[in-house]
Amino acid sequence: MTLLTISFAALFYFAALLLIGGLAYKIYGYAKTPAPLKIPTTPAPLTPAGVSLRMAREVVLFESLYKSNKWTWIFGWLFHAALLLVLLRHLRYFTEPIWSVVVLIQPFGMYAGFGLLAGLGGLWARRLFVPRIKYISTPSDHLILLLLIAIGASGLAMKYVAHTDIVAVKAFMLGLMVFDWQPLPADPVLLVHLSLVALLMMIFPVSKLLHAPGLFFSPTRNQADNAREARHVAAWAVALEKK
Amino acid sequence: MATAQIEAPKLKEYPVIPILQLGAMSNSKPYVAAAPIQEALGFPGKLVDNWQEKAVAKMGELLGKYRSLKVYMDTCVHCGACSDKCHYFLGTGDPKNMPVARQDLMRKVYRRYFTFAGKYFPKLVGAEDFTEPVLQDWYSYFNQCSECRRCSVFCPYGIDTAEVTMAAKEIMDSIGMGQKYSNEIIGKVHRIGNNLGIPGPALENTLLGLEEDVKDETGIDVKFPLNAKGADVLLVTPSADFFSEPHVDSLIGYAKVFHEAGISWTLSTHASEAGNFGLFIGNYEQMRTISMRVREAAIDLGVKRIVVGECGHAWRVAYSFWNTLIGPFDFLDSRYPVPQHICEFTYDLIRQGALSFDKEANDHRIVTFHDSCNVARASRMGSMPGGQFVIPREIIKSVANHFYDMAPETIHESTFCCGGGGGLLTDDLMELRVKGALPRMEALKNLVDDRGVNFMATICAICKAQFTKVLPYYGFDMSMVGGVHQLVSSAIRLGNKR
Repeated sequence: MTLLTISFAALFYFAALLLIGGLAYKIYGYAKTPAPLKIPTTPAPLTPAGVSLRMAREVVLFESLYKSNKWTWIFGWLFHAALLLVLLRHLRYFTEPIWSVVVLIQPFGMYAGFGLLAGLGGLWARRLFVPRIKYISTPSDHLILLLLIAIGASGLAMKYVAHTDIVAVKAFMLGLMVFDWQPLPADPVLLVHLSLVALLMMIFPVSKLLHAPGLFFSPTRNQADNAREARHVAAWAVALEKK
Repeated sequence: MATAQIEAPKLKEYPVIPILQLGAMSNSKPYVAAAPIQEALGFPGKLVDNWQEKAVAKMGELLGKYRSLKVYMDTCVHCGACSDKCHYFLGTGDPKNMPVARQDLMRKVYRRYFTFAGKYFPKLVGAEDFTEPVLQDWYSYFNQCSECRRCSVFCPYGIDTAEVTMAAKEIMDSIGMGQKYSNEIIGKVHRIGNNLGIPGPALENTLLGLEEDVKDETGIDVKFPLNAKGADVLLVTPSADFFSEPHVDSLIGYAKVFHEAGISWTLSTHASEAGNFGLFIGNYEQMRTISMRVREAAIDLGVKRIVVGECGHAWRVAYSFWNTLIGPFDFLDSRYPVPQHICEFTYDLIRQGALSFDKEANDHRIVTFHDSCNVARASRMGSMPGGQFVIPREIIKSVANHFYDMAPETIHESTFCCGGGGGLLTDDLMELRVKGALPRMEALKNLVDDRGVNFMATICAICKAQFTKVLPYYGFDMSMVGGVHQLVSSAIRLGNKR
């Protein structure tokens, strides 16, 4: 067992702990905070089923963003769709036998990496060259894009430029999950790729990446328009009624 | 006080996203509420010594009470989807009037005191201490948001700047930085019963005067009942309807509809105001206390239904919040929605054939309809989503022959605020109000040029007052704006009772 293997195993346990623990903490916070009034952005669906459909359109199609700005929508949707394919494709390093859906999307997943970079590039260009977007950008906005681009580029480099020993990588990952540690290849591109992914996992719960769980808790999107039919009194507001 | 000449921005044929003008509106600040106004609402009379500590504590409290605020503080990714959607940004070019930048005024303080990244890496994530200049920015720019929710339509996470602005106003109130206009009006509602401060006897006089006017004009005895016990309907309407032009013409319209339908109704001195500025300052308890007068009046008068007059934010509070704040309404007739909008009421009667109209009476008018923000994006009419767009237009088409809509990206859920909502309808914010009206004025101008439109109907007291004031800045006649029931009033045939 090399120091490298031990370090990366420890890093990934730590990163996974932060990601899962941090997200659980944030989601618990969102869930337990009351939404004391009905504030769906109208026109809104009248029923819970309608709300699910509205939410599905937001999550899958980015409906509101589409209404807003076609360029941001194209780049943003391209990036997220590509990311989904890439993540699904990476499941092959965590499953044995490989799930059939993962096998099925393999050909698309391989090229999705390019779509991912194209989307990120477009989003960054907007941040750099559109004065309004430049004005609202903080250093972390740029760095998160840089981080994602570096992850995508290092991944593509291993696929198309300097192959790494993916059989060994897979053994390492499978081992991690059952606490049976296997040696990690000392390939610099791989180590960069993995380090950045671990970093991404760690900053997820303390950064704007919280938009992923946040959307599901957004009262303007997840509430049904039924205020005249149903009362909606928060626990802290009940106290006022007793006064 | 001499007022400086305010120059309205030039109207362009196509909307253009303005070039950023840093700090263009940083001097726009409404008067701070004086001690007596603040203290009447239980707020500190002036900025408290340890305001920073108090403000951060209040923010913590609100983050625990409002999921909207908590989620919206974390969720924004600075994508810029909202950045060109606010009428105040489009009218002023000040980047801090971009919804995301306005939210960030609070978000940077939130990050500094409530997040790991902001505590340890403030520069990286744009976190900042709550300093005096930041507070000044808050007071300036959170009083340049009309809480119209247009940004929330376009945000991929539904982030609603109105929620952030309301929280900011709540925090500023709690440290003694209240806004004079809104807080003074809330005081008047509590003291006198309505926003305009019309005492009961004056209201009674006004209504008698209106009865005489209508009698003179039509020869028909249309009543304007006040505090009539046992009436079927309690009408709650903005107090501007009693007093101001063109508002009063809509009040006459409601009265004629009730008369013609043969449905008994009454106004109430106790609830002589539909408006509820508790919404604008984001204060749940104020909003509830102000709403409670309506419940009390309805019980006291023994009515069966509650109908709300033409007022945007009042309809939001009534439609979206009353049931929660002051319900349940199990003492009212369950066959009718509670509350019911006057447009829903009139539209139902039209569909039943209970009203008839001389549409020609409105032939001198070429009409368009301005969707008011709180009706469009924060409420509904009728039984289907979007009924709030259909019903007022259907009423207009039933009473007038010439109707045209403004450009699709400026109506319905994408409608532009009049520029005076959210507690900004005050003379000390005149420059903001004029510039904020720009996108609506552009859309109107196109229709005036193309279709000869000469009347913009709307169902909001604030829209009516704001447009009356700002239309002339853009070269339009102030009488171009009026109510939907003003059109109804012109065309309705009286004395045809079934």
